[in-house]
This record gives sequence, C-alpha cells and structure tokens, in this order.
Amino acid sequence: MAINRRNFLAATGAGAAMAALGVRTSSAQAAYPNRPITLVVPWGAGGGTDATARSIAALMEKELKQPVAVVNRTGGSGVVGHSAIATADPDGYTIGMVTVEIAMMHHQGLTQLSPADYTPLALLMSDPPAIHVKADGPYKDLKTLADAIKAAPPGKIKASGTGQGGIWHIGLIGWLQAMGLKFDHVAWVPSNGSAPAMQDLAAGGLDLVCCSAPEGRALAEAGKTKTIVLMSASRNPVFPNVPTLKEAMGIDYTAGAWRGLAAPKNLPANVTAALLKAIDESFKSKEFNEFAESRGFGKLYYPGAEFAKFMDSESKRMGEVIKALQRA
Amino acid sequence: MDTFLEALRLVGQPDVLLTILIASIYGLVVGALPGLSATMATALLVPITYYMSPIAAVAAIVSASGMAIFAGDIPGCLLRIPGTPASAAYTDEAYTMTRKGQPELALGICLWFSALGGIVGTIALSVLAPTLAEFALSFSTFEYFWLAFLGLMCATLVARASPIKAIASMLLGLAIACIGVENPAGVPRFTFGVPDLLGGIDVIAALVGMFAVSQVMNAMLTPDPPPVPKRRMGSILAGQIALTRRYPVQQARGNLVGIAVGALPGAGADMAAWISYSISKRFSREPKKFGTGHPEGLVEAGASNNAAVASAWVPALIFGIPGDTITAIAIGVLYMKGLNPGPTLFTQNASSMYAIYAIFLIANIIMIPLGIMMIRAASQVLRVPRAYIMAVVLLLCAVGTFASGNNLFAITTAAAFGLIGFTMERFGFPVAAMVLGIVMGTMVEQNFVTSLIKSDGSVLPFVQRPVSMILATMTIAALLWPVVAWLIRRRNGAGVAVSA
Repeated sequence: MAINRRNFLAATGAGAAMAALGVRTSSAQAAYPNRPITLVVPWGAGGGTDATARSIAALMEKELKQPVAVVNRTGGSGVVGHSAIATADPDGYTIGMVTVEIAMMHHQGLTQLSPADYTPLALLMSDPPAIHVKADGPYKDLKTLADAIKAAPPGKIKASGTGQGGIWHIGLIGWLQAMGLKFDHVAWVPSNGSAPAMQDLAAGGLDLVCCSAPEGRALAEAGKTKTIVLMSASRNPVFPNVPTLKEAMGIDYTAGAWRGLAAPKNLPANVTAALLKAIDESFKSKEFNEFAESRGFGKLYYPGAEFAKFMDSESKRMGEVIKALQRA
Repeated sequence: MDTFLEALRLVGQPDVLLTILIASIYGLVVGALPGLSATMATALLVPITYYMSPIAAVAAIVSASGMAIFAGDIPGCLLRIPGTPASAAYTDEAYTMTRKGQPELALGICLWFSALGGIVGTIALSVLAPTLAEFALSFSTFEYFWLAFLGLMCATLVARASPIKAIASMLLGLAIACIGVENPAGVPRFTFGVPDLLGGIDVIAALVGMFAVSQVMNAMLTPDPPPVPKRRMGSILAGQIALTRRYPVQQARGNLVGIAVGALPGAGADMAAWISYSISKRFSREPKKFGTGHPEGLVEAGASNNAAVASAWVPALIFGIPGDTITAIAIGVLYMKGLNPGPTLFTQNASSMYAIYAIFLIANIIMIPLGIMMIRAASQVLRVPRAYIMAVVLLLCAVGTFASGNNLFAITTAAAFGLIGFTMERFGFPVAAMVLGIVMGTMVEQNFVTSLIKSDGSVLPFVQRPVSMILATMTIAALLWPVVAWLIRRRNGAGVAVSA
C-alpha cells in the first residue's frame, strides 16, 4: 500500500516537490503520529464549533498518545480557517473542523473552496433548524403558525435567525417549499447570528425565529419564547416536548447545521485510518456523549466515505436554494 | 441563607481564590500592554478553563476581563495608546494630565472610579438582574438604531478638533465599517476578492493600528518631549476621596449610564465610556476645560465602563444573549461547565450564581491594591528613553493582533491603519472619531435596514414605539441643539451690535 501510494505520487506529481512530499509521507508513516497534531477551528473561542473541537481533541489525545492542540483561525466569515485546513500539508499533523458553510460559500461566490478540497474524516454533529415563537404570541403550535403563514400575503410574516442566505434561512426555505409556498413567502430579516434574532423575537419585533434548539434554550426556559418544531428525523432528548416536522405536519423534510473533522486532500491512507480509529473511539466515548447531551447538540456520525457522500449531497442541495435566492 | 453559605464555600476554595489572584495579575498585565485587548485576554483563557472547576473557570474570566478593562487605561495615560476600545474615549484627556505632571492623579482616577464602578455594577447585577433583563429585552432594532445613532453623535462632542474634521473622520469610519460580507444583504462589499476582507475590518486591529502604530511613527519623527520632571510618584489614592466628594453627580451618572448601556446586548463598555464622557462634557459647568487634563470626564467615563463590564453579564446569565464580546466568550465557557445560562441558573444553581456575584466583588476590591502595584511598575516607562519603548510597543502590537485569531492579516490591518491614523493626526483629524464610526457603523446599518424590512419600508415605527420615541427625541434634540445655540448667540450678538 505504501509503495503504491509513493508510485502514484511520483507518477502524477512529476516534480521534485512531490517526490519530496512522497518521501516525507513515508517517513511519517513510520509511526504516525510521532509529534503533536494541530486541529484548526475556523470560528472563535467559546462558540459551539470551538466547544465540539476542544471536546473531541481532548479525547483523541488519549487515543493517539500525542497532544491535539486546538487553534482558532478566525476571520473572513470562516473562509480563512477553512482555507488553512485545505492548504496545510497532508501529513496528518494539521486537521480541522469543517462546518456547513463549506457546502454553501462556494455557491455564494465567496471562495473557490468546496468539500472536494478535503479528505473527509467524520461528521460529528448536526443541529436541525427549530422554529421559535413568542411565548405569549398568537401561535400556540406549528399548525397555527403554518395556517397563519398560508393565509397571510407574501412578505407579511417576518422571520430571522441569521444573515441573508445563512443556514437557518435555507432551513426555513426548505419548510416553506415543502408546504408548496414560494421561498420568499415569509420575509427574511437578516441578523448577525441567532442571539440578536432571539432577543428581537422576545422584544416583539419578529413573528418567528429559525435557529437551532440549543440557541433558543435559555429564552425558552425563561418563559419568553417557545420552540414549536424540530426539522430532524427524531426528537432531541434534551427537548422531549418539541415535535419533529413529520410528527407535527407530516412533512418529511430535515436539515441541519453540521460540523465534522476533515484533513487536507491526499491524506495518506494509513494516516486516515489511524485518525478514523481515534475519532471513532472518541465519538463513542461516554465523555463525548455527555458533552453533546449537556449542550443539546444533535449527534450525527458519518465516518470517511459516508461523510464525503453527505457533503456532496448537501452541497448540491444548498446550491439549488442559493441559486433561487440569488435570482430573486 | 444556606445557598449563600454554600456560595461562600464555593468561592473560598483555595483553587478558586488562587485563580482569582493569578487571573487578575494576568488581566492587568495583558490589559496594560499596548496592543493586547481585554477580549484577547478572555479568548486566550478559554483553553485553560477547560481544565478548571466550573466556579474557577468563571472566576478566571470575570477577574481577567475586569482587570484588563481597567489596565487598558494605563498605557493610554502614560503613552497615549489606549489598551482597550473602552479607554479610547478619554485617552487624550488622561495623557494631557500626565504631561501636566499629574500621572498619579489621572491613573488614580481610573483605578478608584473603575473599582467603585465595578462594585456598583455588581450590586446592580445581583439586585436588579431580572428588572434589567426585562429592560434589555424591550429593545428591538428600532431602539438599537437610535442608540447607535446617538453613539455616533458623540464624535463631535468628544473631539477637541473642529467639528467638521470630527464628522469627516467619523464618516470615514462608517465607510470602513461597510467592508465585508456581514451586512444585511449578505453581499461582499469592498473586498476586492481578498478572502480576509470578507469578515470586515477587525475593530481591535484597526484600533491598535490607529493609536499604537501611528503613535510609534509619530515618536520617530518628533523630538523627545521634555521629560516629565523626575520625582517620586505621589500617592495614587490621595485626592480620590476629594474628587469623589467633588463629583458625586458625575460618578452616579456614570454608574447608571454604564449599567444601562452594559445591560443592552451588543452595546457594552466601549459605548458606555463614549456616551458618559460626552454627557459629562455637555452637562459640565466647565466644558472648556475638557481636553486640557481635567478630571471630571475621566471620573464619569471611568465610573461608567467598569459598571458596564458587570452589567453586560445580566442578559448573558439570564437569557444566554451576550452583552459584549467578552460575555460572548463567557457564555461558551458557562455551557461547557454545565452552568447553562437561563433562569434555571438562578433556581437550580443559586449557590453558583451567588458565587459569581462574590467573585465580581472580590475582583473589584483586589483591583485597588493590585492596580496600585501595576501603576507603580508601569510608570517606570516614563523614565525609559522613548526609542526603546516604541520598539517594544510595535512588537506587542504585532503579537496582540495576531493572537486573538491566529491570523496574519490582522497584523497587515494594524499596519495599514497605523499609516491611516498617522496621516489623519498630521492633518488634525481626530482618530477617536473614526474608531467610533467603525465600532458603531455595523450597528447603525444593521438595525436601520432590518427595521425597514420589518416595517415594510415605513419609518413610522422609528418614532411610534414608546422607547424609540424617547430615544428619537433625545437624538434629534442633540442634533439640533448646536444650530439653536448658534442662532441664539447670533441674535444676541446682533442685538448687542445694534444697541452699541
């Protein structure tokens, strides 16, 4: 296998640089990992992606017997960090957390980077969109909200949750289209993330907010807002009273803001295997389960090739919605 | 009572007390180094809090961020390089006091009124948290628009330069705030295909460039200023009691504004300092003295920004909505430690809540002795030849801007804004007004556009909602006042001319 890989590289690379890379890979193959690993996070310290990365890094450390250091590479709305992962040496010593934005940004013309620029390792989390309404407002459940939306003229009902064309906007569009409505039947009010949108919902400035259930948790517990639906295949044990879209309306539509681990393209097969094994053990560990549960994060595990397939189909689906949005 | 004793036990743990002490010193040092900000100090703590007990983790963030906000005043006062955006509003004033030979008085004001402001803010946090939270939740985008607009108008009040130049700087700041994709339409603006510009201009990097880098460039061109007379620095706290007696209204007003502005999500300590400094100038009996090393504005703004640091935790703890960039990071740590923000924190985890209050109090009290030591150590820089200091400052600028996001582009940004700031200063344009434009620009635009989308293009809700009506009246009154004052003056002047 090792020899095949080297022959392959020598044949396609046809240059001193590639040959050198081949030699270096083979020396790394001696005992991977033999030095600390860097895990790049494209988002800031303290956020959900950062917390997931730090949690899995601490567990992988035990499996790989080498330190796994989390580095936040922020800037450029996530482009900078994602590009840092894709352009690192594919030696297994730089891996990173890729998020749903990687399947969206290239359609939006923000970057050339796409899922094809990575060696997918494993999908870890997917948070489905949830719909939140004001607790003392006119909508007591999804049914009343859906009826009100259908009855209202286009653009009357106002929703928010993230920026224009962000993941929660796309999640909402999916639901509207599944109900046979146009994607802009509900007007989207762009916001800088879910926190200001939830605040504005509580202040009475919006009709509904579409963002993940954990992001609305504190306000829901305070009795200011309520979460009426989860666009996922099954209920979340942290929010046992929130029905899925299928249960509430019989609509079979799911979506999610996902995050997973990936490495630069052309990662040697034995390194991929070693990493996958460590990720597998870490994902199944009690600690990781407790972490996901305490935060209310939706776990979803697609190792290796399955993650590649998943990213591909996500990219296609996002592309269609984003094109429709851009034409409008 | 039991929960209260339990809280004291939690805080009394040796690891927690040790954390408060070490994090305080860390916060003081990071905040006092020009170019390193309070937000960066907090972000760098996150990986370490991972290995701490929940209360110790919160203690680390509370102590480090509070100390860093105060310590940001030190380089502002001694070198005219504010350590944090919250100090930028009154840096010129504090530096002028130092040049007048009163560094101990200026730094003493910053320390004393910061600590008192922090304590008042903590009391507000513990007593008024639910009320304040309700108040914060009544603000929709319409109210935020007026608030941000009011903030922008501080530009002309704070600057000593001509109002026209101040407004020009502020408008340039607004133009810079347009850069990036984080605008209501989600369309990249002025990014020139550079991915690093997609996220917009980082305020911290711009601030470091405009204040620190440009100050270094200035120092290379101008001869050393006459050295501050060599003498032992006087007592730092002496005179503070007298000032407290002399400016009780200013202090109370600063505290109140700080608490109110801090509790509003997204506003934070920077905005509190700006608004308080300009309120102080507007209502002062001696507004002419502002900018000439006058303590009044320092008292009010210092009292305000540290009160805001504490009250920014109100929406964070109750609703999980960050009050500023520091609490945005803190919320992540709270979740990681199982102290999920929300009302359940007050009911199920009441002892942890009381423990957090206690940590705030302890941190603000030990700020006074630790701060005095820090000021004494830092004031040695006045004796070191400037050439040596400036080299170190430049190095720290590079390290500081790089460290928060591990992004080299931040250093380029700081360098570019160094050039911009240097050029502006040369031609008498106040850089502080431009910082204000950059900080407030996104807020003004975002809230204006989203409000219009929500109201289907109608401007009526901007003046119809009760709170927005009050804010609108204040803004328009402040906008028209100079014109009215000018007209009255002219009429009186004309009257005098006729009678003569």
